[in-house]
Amino acid sequence: MFEIFGISSQALFGQLLIGLINGSFYALLSLGLAVIFGMLNIINFTHGAQYMLGAFAAFFLLQYAGLGYWWAIVVAPLAVGATGIVIERLFLQWLYKLDHLYGLLLTFGLALMIEGTFRNFFGSSGLPYAVPPELQGGQNLGFMFLPNYRAWVVVFSIAVCLSTWFVIERTKLGAYLRAATENPTLVRAFGINVPRMITLTYGFGVALAALAGVMAAPIYNVSPQMGANLIIVVFAVVVIGGMGSIMGAILTGFGLGVIEGLTKVFFPEASNTVIFIVMAIVLLIRPAGLFGRGV
Amino acid sequence: MADVADPKATQATPALRSQSEVIAFVIMAVALVVAPAFAYPVFLMKALCFALFACAFNLLIGYVGLLSFGHALFFGWGAYFAAHLAKVGAVSLPFWLGKWHWLVIPLPPLPPELAILGGALFAALLGLIVGALAIRRQGIYFAMVTLALAQMMFFFAVQAPFTHGEDGIQAVPRGKLLGFIDLADQTNMYFTVLVIFLGCFLLIYRIINSPFGEVLKAIRENEPRAISLGYKTERYKLVAFVLSATFAGVAGATKALVFQLASLTDVDWPMSGEVILMTLVGGLGTLFGPVAGAFFVVTLENYLTTIGQWVFVVQGAIFVGCVLLLRRGIIGELARVLRIKL
Amino acid sequence: MKGLISFTALAVALGCGSAQAQYSDGTIKIGVMNDMSGTYADLSGQGSVIAARMAVEDFGAAAKGMKVEIVGADHQNKPDVGSNVVRTWIDVDKVDVIVDVPTSSVALAVNEIVRDKNKVFLVSGAAASDLTGPKCTPNTIHWTYDTWSLANGTGKSIVKTGGDTWFFLTANYAFGEALERDTAAVVEKNGGKVLGKVRHPFPGTDFSSFLLQAQSSKAKIIGLANAGSDTINSIKQAAEFGITQSGQNLAALLAFITDVHALGLKTAQGLIMTEAWYWDLNDANREFAKKFAPQDKGVHPTMVHAGVYSAVTHYLKAVEALKSDADGRAIVAKMKELPTDDKLFGKGIVRADGRKIHPMYLFEVKKPAESKAPWDYYKLRATIPADEAFRPMADGGCPLVKS
Repeated sequence: MFEIFGISSQALFGQLLIGLINGSFYALLSLGLAVIFGMLNIINFTHGAQYMLGAFAAFFLLQYAGLGYWWAIVVAPLAVGATGIVIERLFLQWLYKLDHLYGLLLTFGLALMIEGTFRNFFGSSGLPYAVPPELQGGQNLGFMFLPNYRAWVVVFSIAVCLSTWFVIERTKLGAYLRAATENPTLVRAFGINVPRMITLTYGFGVALAALAGVMAAPIYNVSPQMGANLIIVVFAVVVIGGMGSIMGAILTGFGLGVIEGLTKVFFPEASNTVIFIVMAIVLLIRPAGLFGRGV
Repeated sequence: MADVADPKATQATPALRSQSEVIAFVIMAVALVVAPAFAYPVFLMKALCFALFACAFNLLIGYVGLLSFGHALFFGWGAYFAAHLAKVGAVSLPFWLGKWHWLVIPLPPLPPELAILGGALFAALLGLIVGALAIRRQGIYFAMVTLALAQMMFFFAVQAPFTHGEDGIQAVPRGKLLGFIDLADQTNMYFTVLVIFLGCFLLIYRIINSPFGEVLKAIRENEPRAISLGYKTERYKLVAFVLSATFAGVAGATKALVFQLASLTDVDWPMSGEVILMTLVGGLGTLFGPVAGAFFVVTLENYLTTIGQWVFVVQGAIFVGCVLLLRRGIIGELARVLRIKL
Repeated sequence: MKGLISFTALAVALGCGSAQAQYSDGTIKIGVMNDMSGTYADLSGQGSVIAARMAVEDFGAAAKGMKVEIVGADHQNKPDVGSNVVRTWIDVDKVDVIVDVPTSSVALAVNEIVRDKNKVFLVSGAAASDLTGPKCTPNTIHWTYDTWSLANGTGKSIVKTGGDTWFFLTANYAFGEALERDTAAVVEKNGGKVLGKVRHPFPGTDFSSFLLQAQSSKAKIIGLANAGSDTINSIKQAAEFGITQSGQNLAALLAFITDVHALGLKTAQGLIMTEAWYWDLNDANREFAKKFAPQDKGVHPTMVHAGVYSAVTHYLKAVEALKSDADGRAIVAKMKELPTDDKLFGKGIVRADGRKIHPMYLFEVKKPAESKAPWDYYKLRATIPADEAFRPMADGGCPLVKS
């Protein structure tokens, strides 16, 4: 085995793999944000809280309904997506005519409310959620021990990201969605129910966040603050990737996960800030983001 | 945010336009002078520091139309720098020449007026750097960039040795103002804070009601048109950003001396959220809105400390309520109902 | 201003005749401040208020004619919130003594304010050993534990039982670094070796990368120099990556029984930690736990709760002896003069630097099969006698100690 900068190649590959695993969370979350922003022009600050709701939904399903992880993967995003639809109908629909910043402020307020409520009832210690028995254990890859669950996370995230991208960019439904964002009146004139599409799109973006939450539940602590600090990193990812671009969000998510992983090896104290440094550099060179459609 | 200012108010004649503001200012100043007799002075000082912070923030959102989601950066780092100058004095600047070196500027612990000035200048410098990066984007992108940069500086604050991480800079001496006014006395400190607040408030008023301020409002209403008239809008926006950052730095520096503490809370993103809340509740684009909003939020938090985390729920509910129903804020609605300018 | 308040209080107290005990505005007000909703809410929180109340009842304050009032507040682990609360408490609400205060950054801030206003500060929750070192004051007593005693207990005992190579996973903030530094010093002094260390961002969520580095160092012991949810997450993820299965042991440098409860025995088994008090050690403790648990939603008392009980008991004893609660320095001097004796910690003393002295205990977390009831988590590995458990007074650097 060879050495790079004093780290053995074994350790390096291990860290790269872990970076990829973390990147899949960033990708899933920024995908939801990119979908909502790309389609609806709303910055969904509640995304972090909805991620947290997904994890809690998985916990509740197990605790009170006896439904395990595989149920949670389907039910939790649907349930949280439904709350997203309620939010859109109750609050967001009044804001489309106004400056986009009001949407940001409103979703910020909703995030505070949701997180505050959960913090009150559940404190901050976090709740346990076990890795599903089918995915326990791991493989000894030689250069590291890879828990099965983490491998599953990467595979599943890539699948979800790619299928979402495909639906939006390559199918008729996606075409309708993209057209409705550009010119809602014209698309309505064709007989397509634009408000309903918008509502469902928001619900879908929220469901993606909740899905990420369910996937996070077995490995990260299920606590009311799990979304709060993650959301800002995800915003940085979306800014780097380019706000309207779905593929940009996916690629940047995975890419930044890997960069963060490498930073943890060579300069661990900076691993929190490296994403923002990258963002600052990207903004200087390409203000629209790497794949963005322009300011 | 083009729909923020109320068009009817600007159509009033110039004399009437400023009369209501002058009267309101006098009422506010008198009320604040007698307030310590009725309320706990430390609480009042806290409200005044946040009122100044909100006024600084309002300069950017209300009059230029730029929503900064990372203003805690300037508030908190103004606080840190002032606290450091007041307690330690010596400033060590790192520079790279083959390896890291430290350039040490040996200073004794500074008196309060110089410490606050130092904090303000440092915040101005940060404002220049952050502004230069962020002004390239508009609207929501601008907000996202400021948020991300502020968060980066937060993590830097956690690690930098002189901020002492989560301990913060504690036991900051209040010192003697101008060499002889002992600020350890609560009354002296209060009136110093009041003078700083009123002074900065008047400065902001002067900036808004000046040719420079008129250009800013033009940029907020219709930037392309302002560009077509020949104004270099990027420069105006940057200057406004730096001014806003400086006043926020003054607010932070003063707060550090009042509480004798500069901590991570001051640079964290919930602090940015709070100042937005204060300005939104009070009224974006009004002169007195931020002051009212700050007092409202600080009082609310004071009375809600017993209910723990519900404070966040209440704050969130106020955000939602204001965005949906009370977009003009308290002072904005009052001004509209009374048909005056506030 | 502060001088004026205490002087007036003292004047009132003295002027009203010395036969009757005179307490400032007639009441002894105890302020219990800690984290009521965050990561430390379980190990302190409402439980500390309950412990203080039990102490007042057991002391029989009412029967002795002492009117005692207890107030609680949440400092949210933030020094500015904490100092705000304490300032208002002392200036406006006339609180006489501040108790508990976990989170060292808050405790250090409160330490300064209480000294300036001449009240009493009894620290149970916080760990910073600086409170009896360079930052010691005549108004503060550090009751339950500190970083030095934890480092000494865990570090020394583990090295002596064969764990002589260490790798540190440290939270990248002042407290984590202090904990790592103290423990590393103890390890090396006792013949062990520190093979490496890595600083993880605070607060962290994913430790897989750092745990992997710890694993590849092949150290026998991975020392976790962090607290709260960071510790819980590190342990969970270490189990996930098979680190404990492959022969390395985790040493939690700051952990409480509530953390073990949150992790569950399956994940936490084999964990080694030092604590000052455990509810199942003797009959008196068990009896206290039996009365405490139903009041705190079944949560059993932690060493922090026990420390609050013990501190409040001793405080009331001193106030009763002085017949006044006004002068903080005088009360603390009395508390150092009188030996301590309560049913939870037994007999002990308070040193001149403000350090309360009692034995510390090294525990190992039981395997699930060994536990017979909920909260039956620990088996005792070693007892560190009181005279060895804490940093020698001369080494502290406390200005109150005449060298």
